[in-house]
Amino acid sequence: MYFESFSDFLAMGGHAKYVWIAYGIALVVFAFNILAPIIKRKRLMAEQARQLRREELHASGS
Amino acid sequence: MWRWFHKLGSPKWFYAISGRWIPWFAVTALVLLVLGTVWALMFAPPDYQQGNSYRIIYIHVPAAFLAQSGYVLMAVAGAIGLIWKMKLADVVAKCCAPIGASFTFLALVTGAVWGKPTWGAWWVWDARLTSMLVLLFLYLGVVALQSAFTDRNQAARASALLSLVGLVNIPIIKYSVEWWNTLHQPASLTLTEKPTMPAEMWVPLLIMVAGFYCFFAVVLMMRTRVELLDRERRTGWVKEIINDKRTGKA
Amino acid sequence: MTARVDTVTAKTARVGIFMGMVRRDMTAAFRHPSDLVNPLIFFVVVVSLFPLAVSPESDFLREIAPGVLWVSALLATLLSLDMLFQSDFQDGTLEQMVLSPQPLYSSILAKVMTHWLLSGLPLTLLSPLLALMLFLPANGTQALMLTLLLGTPVLSFIGAIGSALTVGLRKTGLLLSLLVLPLYIPVLIFASGAVQAAAAGLPIAGHLALLGAMLALAVVLAPLAIASALRISLSG
Repeated sequence: MYFESFSDFLAMGGHAKYVWIAYGIALVVFAFNILAPIIKRKRLMAEQARQLRREELHASGS
Repeated sequence: MWRWFHKLGSPKWFYAISGRWIPWFAVTALVLLVLGTVWALMFAPPDYQQGNSYRIIYIHVPAAFLAQSGYVLMAVAGAIGLIWKMKLADVVAKCCAPIGASFTFLALVTGAVWGKPTWGAWWVWDARLTSMLVLLFLYLGVVALQSAFTDRNQAARASALLSLVGLVNIPIIKYSVEWWNTLHQPASLTLTEKPTMPAEMWVPLLIMVAGFYCFFAVVLMMRTRVELLDRERRTGWVKEIINDKRTGKA
Repeated sequence: MTARVDTVTAKTARVGIFMGMVRRDMTAAFRHPSDLVNPLIFFVVVVSLFPLAVSPESDFLREIAPGVLWVSALLATLLSLDMLFQSDFQDGTLEQMVLSPQPLYSSILAKVMTHWLLSGLPLTLLSPLLALMLFLPANGTQALMLTLLLGTPVLSFIGAIGSALTVGLRKTGLLLSLLVLPLYIPVLIFASGAVQAAAAGLPIAGHLALLGAMLALAVVLAPLAIASALRISLSG
């Protein structure tokens, strides 16, 4: 452990602003990359499930 | 070899195998990233010149690595799709573009944030920053071209060609801006030379690079799987998956 | 012996077709003179905006002249890319060209050369006038013309790739610039660098050699990319 205390760690030797901004943006980019396909997948699944149900109804109805 | 190649081209096979790989890669990525971040932020010694602001290197350099290899992967996958008409390669190439663009953006922004305490300005027109900016433009061009076509096959081939043209241009752009103006520090990690930094600094960097690559593999597979489901929605195996999910829920 | 004669006649025939294509495109272009003149007017207008927007100070203008002139020339070339394949695509000539037994490489070379003769060359000839208006010294003007002479064909070749990729799409203007502008950067850097160096009295042989190398590379590789881009665009 390089830092003396937790507040020391947060202060980053006076460079807190820069270091935490950089890591924060990295977190946002990571989250975007994880969430984008998950959301798209959910939407696609719901849409396809609806489509299949419609087709089944159609088939049993006729 | 050839049979393996054909198998890899089958969306159904890829969907199944990547579903098994993703957890492993995700766990590895998580472990490496957490380990690397903790090491980078808490245990690595500060730089004698830049103090603690240099800790940004642990996301800046891996993001820059990923931005460049992502582009190469996109162009290579595009070429495979173009030459062998392999559908899976088209999909991979398409999915590389937004991920690569986001990491190029990350490399640029962290570079800017790092530049402020180090050079005293958010942005300098330095060779490497500029060539990363051009790389971002190239990525955005590919994304724009992908979405401009209504025909998927045509979109894939056109953007594959564009990314190949860009690939030829990347070294030219790199050298042109390098001769044009440079302020950036030399490469932190190269394959051929011993690193100039002490081990307690570059070991976490290496861990972070590995973590970023694993993460890239995970999100690329995730995106590819969704895109495959979308494209193959009329085929039996996708209907089966959706049905399984529906009945599982009910 | 006869085989050799055949190849010779085939070669002369090919040259004849090449020249014929250039001549055909030239006459077609001269029927719509506004398409030819508009990029040039655009070039002049953009250059004259800078003194108005920034400063009419002669020292300052002299300093920014190389960059301003080159960026304006680049944008003017970009605007002229429309005339490269668009009308041929609409009337079906492009499809004929791709399907014809003529090697596509030489027809594309003819197309791009015509484009340069109608856009890059007039820009080059017009540039000394604008250089004068921006107080560029005489050796700088000379370098400007030389770099335009070597650089604008490269712009035509690279632009033709983008133009071929987007020819089948509607509303291509913005997309085309998004695709092509990043690829123009090396030409811009070396060309405006050469003009700056010349204006400062430094040698520019190295810059010119690099521009020449880019041109050589473009002549060899770009037609291949253009050919496959056209095939992709026509397949839809």
